[in-house]
Order: sequence, then C-alpha cells, then structure tokens
Amino acid sequence: MDSSTLVAIASIVTAGLTTGVGCMCPALGEGRSVSTALTALAQQPDASATITRTLFVGLAMIESTAIYCFVVSMILIFANPFWTHVIAQTAGK
Amino acid sequence: MRLSPDQLIFWQHGFLKLNATIVFTWGLMLLLAAGSELITRKLSTDLTRSRWQNLLEIVVTAIEKQIEEVGLSPARKYVGFLGTLFLFVAASSLCTIIPGYQPPTSSLSTTTALALCVFVAVPLFGIEDQGIGGYLKAYAKPTVIMLPFNIISELSRTLALAVRLFGNMMSGAMIIGILLTITPFIFPVFMTMLGLLTGMVQAYIFSILAAVYIAAATRSRKAAPALAKPGLAKPELAPAT
Repeated sequence: MDSSTLVAIASIVTAGLTTGVGCMCPALGEGRSVSTALTALAQQPDASATITRTLFVGLAMIESTAIYCFVVSMILIFANPFWTHVIAQTAGK
Repeated sequence: MRLSPDQLIFWQHGFLKLNATIVFTWGLMLLLAAGSELITRKLSTDLTRSRWQNLLEIVVTAIEKQIEEVGLSPARKYVGFLGTLFLFVAASSLCTIIPGYQPPTSSLSTTTALALCVFVAVPLFGIEDQGIGGYLKAYAKPTVIMLPFNIISELSRTLALAVRLFGNMMSGAMIIGILLTITPFIFPVFMTMLGLLTGMVQAYIFSILAAVYIAAATRSRKAAPALAKPGLAKPELAPAT
C-alpha cells in the first residue's frame, strides 16, 4: 500500500469513529441533564424559567463537544490537509 | 462539496473578493437596518399603532426580559449589543427558507467575528462597571493560582462560541446537501424545518451566553446573581415541602 491509500484509510476510519463516539457520549450526558431538569421541574414548577434557561445553556455546552467532533470529521473527509499534502507530493514527482 | 460559503465567489478583482458570506451579510445588515429604520420612523405612543411597531415592541421587550432574568439590571443598556447579536444570528438562519441563500453564519469567519465582538465587549462592560482594577482583580479570584486558568477560560469560551455556531449552521446545510443526494424528494423539507428550529435555539444560546459572560464580568463584586456562571449555577433541587 502506498502512502495515499494509507492516508485515505486512516482518514475515513477516523472520521467515522470520531462522529460515532462523539455523538454517543454527549447523548448520554444530555439525557442525564434533561432527566434531572425534568425531575427538578416536577418538584418545583415555579422555578421553571431559571431551570429551563440553565438547562439550555448547559445543553449548549454539552452539545458543543459533539459539534467539535462533527467538525473534525468533516475536515477529515472534505478538507483533509494530509491528503492534500500527499496529492501535492505525488503530483510533484 | 463546499464546506463554507466563503468558497462561493461572486466577483473577484485582484486582491478583492466578494464571496457569498460578505454578500449575504450585507444583505442581512441592509434588511435589519432598513427594516428598523422604516418601522421606527413613525412611532406612536397612543393606542392606535401600526402592526409593525407591535412586532418590534414584542421583540425588544422579550429580549429585554431575558437580559433582566440573567441578571443585567439596566437591560436597556445592554439590549443594543445583545439584541443585535440575537437578531443577526436569528435572521441569518431564518432566511434559509429563501432559495439560493446560504447563511453567513455557516462560515467560520463570520462566527469568529461575532465571538470576537463578545470577547471585546465583556472586558469593556466589566471595566465600565467596576473600573480597571476591580475588573482585573476578578481574574485572581478565588486565589492567584487560578489566574492562568481564568485567562485560558476567557480564550477558550470565545473559541467555543465561534465553533459552536459555525458547526451547527454548517451541519444543517451539510446534512441537507447529503440528503438531497440520497432521498431528494420530501425528507430534506423536514430537515430544513429542523434547521430553522436549530437556528433559533442557537441564536438564543449565543446571545444568552454573551449575556451570562457580561453578567459574570460586571457583577462579580456584588451579591452573586442567580446565574453568574453556567458552570457554577445549579438548578434548585431542594425537595418541595
């Protein structure tokens, strides 16, 4: 296998793994936080405004980790710097 | 496939480029500024008012109420900055129902510019409220050991603001693009609807996070507000008696 094939294999597999794991773990975290917020809402419906706003801010914080993973895998697939480097080297020969 | 609207270039002359991001940003700025100017040209204070004035009043009072709830006490002082952020991000994602439009917030340069505005505005509001010494002292709290971590958090939350908005907007456009090649008929419509919802939520989150950061910078010496920092605020879980 030449280096371009290796780079392609590594990029594609890593992109899939990144999005897979990076969706799974934030999903667990978001589920926990939503369930806790629902419990709090059921106990104290008067504080719903504060709880909802805090929940939204926290969910945004958690979800941004999933978004980072998504951005990394998109870069690996569509704008891979190593792939561009290998292609440039092969064309230069 | 294009990752961002930066790569769609309408006009180019040497060093100057007019890409889709700049063009759609200018269009949105024109829309927002001209719309507000047209509405506020003839405001009335009696009971008969135009429907557009009603719309604008609803939007402005809702934003002010949200800012008040975060803990920024004269909301009228901050509504110019935070409300503009909210309206720009919301309008840029709502306009995706127009065919051929690409949201400028799906480009990393636009979101970085917005995040840098927040990065500059937080110390400005903080210094205005507490003076330079009082603001700088807040970095060394609770102890001096936390100083580098406070500085790192200042930088990393700016990066997080930019990448979060960019990732959400870009992923919406990207998923619609991928689905158009697989199931081109009905399903992208639902994803577009989901994208509208995501855009509104992201606009809310962007502006509320900016408000929380400003509140943390301005009120750290006074009594702690209900939501000073998102990492520290806990929903009240005390059992109801």
